[in-house]
Parts: sequence; structure tokens; C-alpha cells
Amino acid sequence: MAIRSYTSRRELEEHSFHPAVSLLVPVAAIILQALVSRPFPRFAIFDLPLIVTIFFAVSRRSPIAGALTGSIIGLLQDALTNQPIGINGIAKTVIGYAAASIGVQIDVENLSTRVLMNFGFSILNSILLFLINRRLIGQPDFHLLWIHELLRAVANTLIAIPVFLLLDNAKRTE
Amino acid sequence: MDSFFARFKNPLILVAVLLAQTIGLAVQVRRPVVSGSETVSSADPHSISLVRYWVVSIVTPFERFFLGIGHNVRFGWSNYIDLRNTRQQNAALQHQLADMRIQQAAIAQDAIQGHRLQALLAFQQHYVARTVAAQVIGTSGTEFSRVIYIDKGREDGLKPDQAVITPDGIVGKLRDVFPHTAQVLLIDDQTSGAGVILSSTHIRAILRGTSTGRIVINNLTADSRIKPGEIVLTSGGDQVYPRGLAVGTIESVAPDPDHQPYTTIRVHPAANLSQLEEVLIITATQTELPPQAKQDLAVGAATAEAQALAAAAHAAELKAAEEAKSATQIVADRLPSLHDANNPDAPTDPKATVVTADPVGKVPRPLPTLHPDRYSPGSTPSAADLTPGSASPATTPSSTPPPPEQSEPAPSARKPRTTTPPQTDQNQ
Repeated sequence: MAIRSYTSRRELEEHSFHPAVSLLVPVAAIILQALVSRPFPRFAIFDLPLIVTIFFAVSRRSPIAGALTGSIIGLLQDALTNQPIGINGIAKTVIGYAAASIGVQIDVENLSTRVLMNFGFSILNSILLFLINRRLIGQPDFHLLWIHELLRAVANTLIAIPVFLLLDNAKRTE
Repeated sequence: MDSFFARFKNPLILVAVLLAQTIGLAVQVRRPVVSGSETVSSADPHSISLVRYWVVSIVTPFERFFLGIGHNVRFGWSNYIDLRNTRQQNAALQHQLADMRIQQAAIAQDAIQGHRLQALLAFQQHYVARTVAAQVIGTSGTEFSRVIYIDKGREDGLKPDQAVITPDGIVGKLRDVFPHTAQVLLIDDQTSGAGVILSSTHIRAILRGTSTGRIVINNLTADSRIKPGEIVLTSGGDQVYPRGLAVGTIESVAPDPDHQPYTTIRVHPAANLSQLEEVLIITATQTELPPQAKQDLAVGAATAEAQALAAAAHAAELKAAEEAKSATQIVADRLPSLHDANNPDAPTDPKATVVTADPVGKVPRPLPTLHPDRYSPGSTPSAADLTPGSASPATTPSSTPPPPEQSEPAPSARKPRTTTPPQTDQNQ
């Protein structure tokens, strides 16, 4: 009988999802974000698509899958705005790739790791959006209130913890 | 070569995905040269519009569904359950309606005069001729893009760049119009703009949204006449918003540190842009007043006329009362016994006042004599009590003259006493 050994954390904790979950969860996040922001404008401080991108990236632990997931979610998010399609796409592609790469190296099931990771990626998302708008699009008047971005990162971290716990139930261990 | 791709598969795919999206961005934000001047393309390329259309088609049915549930719940609650204080509200609204009618009458006069002057100057005003009411069903979901989605589209007669308003003020303009849905670009979005005019100073300016969700005017230099609280209206110069719609109120005026000598004038929007539920899309304008507005104006003018007539009638009544009072005064002057000459301000007997109110119908009776003497009415004995040949009549207590220290005798009282009875005043 052949003995299989795991040589890395990736092989140990690589998860997959049902195709319906992979499709519906990002769409639900985008719809919820667009829907709830109408009666509760303050809800726009959250970025549910970003949280879903991070979750799928760290769970699959595949940088390519993470980049593609982030790219698709970002492009869908862009399609609902008046901005050129690709701004959120590029930002979330980078975040998906980075999150998956980090997920290979560290234990992403730990609560404190999740807190730090969500806070960091939320800040990174703001920085990327700032750079894309200022440098790639060429909008010199584009400004960000960095205190507000810090608050956004805290808010995203707070909401990411229960969302991660909820989505953990949809994981399938390979 | 294969080992290179195998080794750097992940970064290569990342770079490829990023490159593809960057090229896509470059295609969308390209600046075509039109008539020798560089302009920014505002409309999406066809392929991008198609992508947006697909995504919107996926998202909006869910938004409509949840919005429908929410509306039904709210409708049931507000129309069948939560009806407390409805009567009081109705009464208050009736009062408000009456006040509004009076205000309308006042405004109608000004409006009619304004129309007359405009006709004299051959000024062409664009009035809102037709609007389409729509409900807000969703947003972009991000603070970087301030757009909303409405439940009306191309099949309802909507077109890009049509103005979107509420009764409070302007909201934005239509950007992308799909068959059953449309995207509204709010005025506080950073890519938004509108031509405005300051109501009191009549300074024209350009209003812009910012990336932080504020609306500002930043193309004016410092001017001491511009002060917080001034109302900002649309100027009509942008060919999107008709002239005279409310935009907002100036919140603050401060120097722009990045673009001297310009100022940054922050404007508080008249419409509540964060809590929009229903909006109106202006689908047509005309140079003539719309029939409904004409009718309203006529009603207002009629109300004003009725008010003027009522005011004139009231003034006439007051004048008549004043004249009647003057006649009473004349009669009172002719009857000195009604007033005490030594104390003209002393209050008179109310009964006497009532009598003097009608000087023609009844002659007023004299007041009782305070200090009777022999000439006072009733002090002379009757003829039956007099004795023929007697030098003086029988003295009665009532006819006894008062002691000198009590009363100063009148000059006539110093005359020698005669038996002839005093001549009775014709007025008595």
C-alpha cells in the first residue's frame, strides 16, 4: 500500500468548492453590495466582493485561481459603475494573487491571521485603486481620504470574520 | 523553454491578466481628437456597453425582486396598519394647502409679470414639458462611483444625457440607458458637472463632483459677494438641466490651495442624494409654459384677484366705520352735556354712548343735574302750588338754593327772582 505524504501546507489544506458556490457567492456579494447600499448608504464603506476574493484565494491556495477569481469579481464590480471596466479588475487580480500566495505560506485558518490579512488587503486595495486612477487613468484630481480608508479597512475586517466563518461551511477538502 | 513557463507559470499568467485589463482600460479612456481639439470620450465603446448591459441584466432582476418585496411590506404597513395620527396629519395638510394657495397667488403675479417681460425681450425659456417618474432600484455599491439604477429605460422614452431631478432639486443625468433600466450619474460623482448660476449675485459657474462625494464650484476667483447660504440654481448653459432648477446652497467659501487664485465653494445639494427613492427624468422641454402650469398660473392669478377684492372690501368697510365714527363725534360735540368739559377724557355712560351712536333717530336725554338750583328742571313748583298775588312761591325743600360754600351760583342765578317760570330748553 502506497503511503501518501504531504510536503507542504498547500497540499495539506487545499480546498475546493462546489461550482454553484464558486459562481453564486461572488454574484451574491456583488448584488448585496449594490442592493443594501441603496437604503443604507453607509454600507458602501464595506467591500463584500473584496472579502469574497480574499476568501476564495486563500482557501484554494492557487495563485492562478486567485488571480482569475479576483479578476472576474473586479470586472463584474466595474460593470456596475461608471468607471472604466478594469479598475477594480486589476486591483482584485493583484489581491487574489497575493492572497493565494500568502495562503500557501501561512495558516489562514487562524483568527488573528485572518484579521491581519483582511486589514492589510483592504489597505492594499485602496492603494491600488489610488494608483490606477492617478497613474493609469490619469486623473490628477482623484483624492482619497486616508483616514476614511483606514476606517474602511477596519470595517471590512470586522465583517470579514463572520463572512469567513459562514463560507467555511462551503469548503470541500480534497 | 517549457521549463521556463512551468517555473514562472503563476507570474506569467498574472502579468497576462493584468496586461489584458490594462489594454482594456487604455481602449476605454482613449482621447479621440475631434475637430482639432482634444476631448475626452464620455460614451463607452460598443463592446463595453455590451458588457455593462450583460452584468446589469444579471443584477437588476434581483434588485427589482427585493425592492418589490420591500415595497409590498412597506405598503401594507403604511396603508393598513400604521394609520395613527392620520386625521391630524390631514388637517395639518389642509392648512398647509391653504397657505400654499396664498403663496401660489403671490408667486403667480410675479410669474405673469416675468412672462410679460420675457416676451418683450424675446427671451427663450425652456420649461419642463414632460417627465417620467422612476424608482431607484440599486447603486454601484462603491463609494468611488456615485451612480444609481432606475427601473425605467429606453422603452420608456429615456435617452442618455437627460436630466434627472426630484421636487427638491437636481439629482444627475442619465448615462447608460438599457431597455428596461438606466444608470444615473449623480451630481456628486467626480466625473459629473453642471452649469449653475448664483441666485442673488447672478454669477455663472461650473459645478463639479469630487472623489470624496462633495459638490464644489472651483472655477471662480475670490469675490466678497459670494457668501454661505446663497442659493445655487441651474443656468441652462449645459444643455442638460433646464434653467432655474434648484441645485443647492453654498456651504462654505475657501481659497483653493492647489489652484490659486481660485476658490473652492462647497455646495450642499438641495436633493438628498444618499436617500433617493423616486426621481423624475425630464424627457422633453418646450419654450411655452406647459398647459398644467398655465392652469396653475391662472388659478393663482384668480386667487390673487379674489384676495385683492376681499382686501378692497375690507378697506371700504373700515373707511365707512371711520366715517360713521366721525359723524358721531360731530353730534357729540354739539351736545356738550354728554361730555364733561373739565374732564374730556372721563369715561361716559355706556348707555349714553349707545344713544349717541344714532344721532338722527333719538334725541339724547340730559344727564341728572349734579348741583340743582332754581333754574334746574323740576325745581320750579307747578302752577297749582302758586298763590295769585303772592310775592314768592311756597318754599319747598327741593327748591331751596344750595349754600354758597357748596356751590358757586351761576351768573344768571344772581338776577332777581321772578315768578315767571324758566324757559324750557327746546332740547329737553
